[in-house]
Amino acid sequence: MTTQTVNQPEGTQLALDVVGLSKAFGGTPALRNVDFQLGWGKALALFGHNGAGKSTLIRTLVTLVRPDEGTVTIAGFDRVRQAAQVRSIIGYVGHQSLLYDEMTARENLRFYAKLYGIADADDRIERSLEEVGAISFANRRTRVLSNGMLKRVAIARALLHRPRVLLLDEPETGLDQGGLELLDSVVTAVKQGGASVVMSTHGTERGLALADRVLVLDAGRVSMACAAADTNVGDIQRAVLDAKPSANAKPSTNRTAS
Amino acid sequence: MSNYLRGAMAIYAKDIRLEARTKETVSAVFAFAIIISFIFGFAFDPRPSVVAIVGPGIVWVAYVFTGILGMNRTFALERDRGTLEGLLLAPVGREAVYAGKLLSTATIMIFVEALLFPVFLVLFDLNLFNIWFALIALAATIGFATVGTLFSAIAAHTRAREILLPLLFLPIVLPIIIGAVTSTGAAIDGDGWDGVGKWLQFILAFDAVFLVLSSWAFDFVLEE
Repeated sequence: MTTQTVNQPEGTQLALDVVGLSKAFGGTPALRNVDFQLGWGKALALFGHNGAGKSTLIRTLVTLVRPDEGTVTIAGFDRVRQAAQVRSIIGYVGHQSLLYDEMTARENLRFYAKLYGIADADDRIERSLEEVGAISFANRRTRVLSNGMLKRVAIARALLHRPRVLLLDEPETGLDQGGLELLDSVVTAVKQGGASVVMSTHGTERGLALADRVLVLDAGRVSMACAAADTNVGDIQRAVLDAKPSANAKPSTNRTAS
Repeated sequence: MSNYLRGAMAIYAKDIRLEARTKETVSAVFAFAIIISFIFGFAFDPRPSVVAIVGPGIVWVAYVFTGILGMNRTFALERDRGTLEGLLLAPVGREAVYAGKLLSTATIMIFVEALLFPVFLVLFDLNLFNIWFALIALAATIGFATVGTLFSAIAAHTRAREILLPLLFLPIVLPIIIGAVTSTGAAIDGDGWDGVGKWLQFILAFDAVFLVLSSWAFDFVLEE
């Protein structure tokens, strides 16, 4: 995996700055007053049981969901007023591959390269396919690919434009052991390149090993927020299961400087 | 090339490439148009005097209903495939997504409309190979696609999208349908600019107004 160097916007100390973020769907709160910060070159692991608000938080950060209250600043860009700039610097791997069944993996990447205005598209596509181990099936239509293969191409798509902030929503789903190792190396390489990663996951050990910071959500609220070094797998699992802050965790009302 | 143009053209090219491969929309829409035309063929005695009166109406009923069928798929396919988010995440602006989708919808509709020219000629002896009719069809189809692309995006988020799209779409495009039917009669009668001109201008003005409104509204339609 090659390391990507990220040009941090001048004067922007934080990759992500989330303040008082709230979102409700039809009167049902999905996020309640969420606060956190993340520095450059850091990874944040997002834990919580199903329905805790992990996907809504990530979808809000990537501009797919409009926040009701609060502010989100990504690399110095306001998520609401500067959504197009935010989109140009984020990479997203969600539950869907975002790939077209009737096109090959390579054609899909070529389409996204055009959308992102990537100048050296062909080189970048080949490098991305190589990095995720997808060269051997790059000319196959994606409808015949397995979930694991699709996920690899989806990761290549998300990395194609060299994002400054990579957001992964339960990225381990469908990946075999080789795929999981690839995912680890992607996150590590992105961090080493100076970009930041937000990853929601149910894999506590993997998440904790990759992360610099940890956030546990419970019913849309931050129930635990701390540095990864200050906690352990047991604490996080208890926080997820009990939906109560761990003894080692900082109170959710404290904003977590990275 | 600007972000807007680059994004719109990439989406347009992708849609046309996918349609060329699958032919899903064109085949479904064309088959539906043939069925409608045959029903009208049996419902009316296709004598020249009758066709002169009902012919333009038949043409536009076939075009509008096949158009609705095609437009329903504009965003429904993206949503069903799970690829809509890929478009929304692109840094090209939502108006570029709208423009790309509008262009591909209009292209597919115009293609199907052209395929129906010989069908109308055979079934009703209705000769639509006429520059004035071509201009009316082009302007009206762009108007349909302008409104339909926006409403297709709204309807794609609902479970009752097949019902919702015509309910939203038809009342808005009624002025275009009236203009298109009236001016088609004039074009077939050989009235030229004198008969067609004011309606053509009216349809083009409608297109321009709704192009601006729909581009602006599109950003609000797609975000949750």
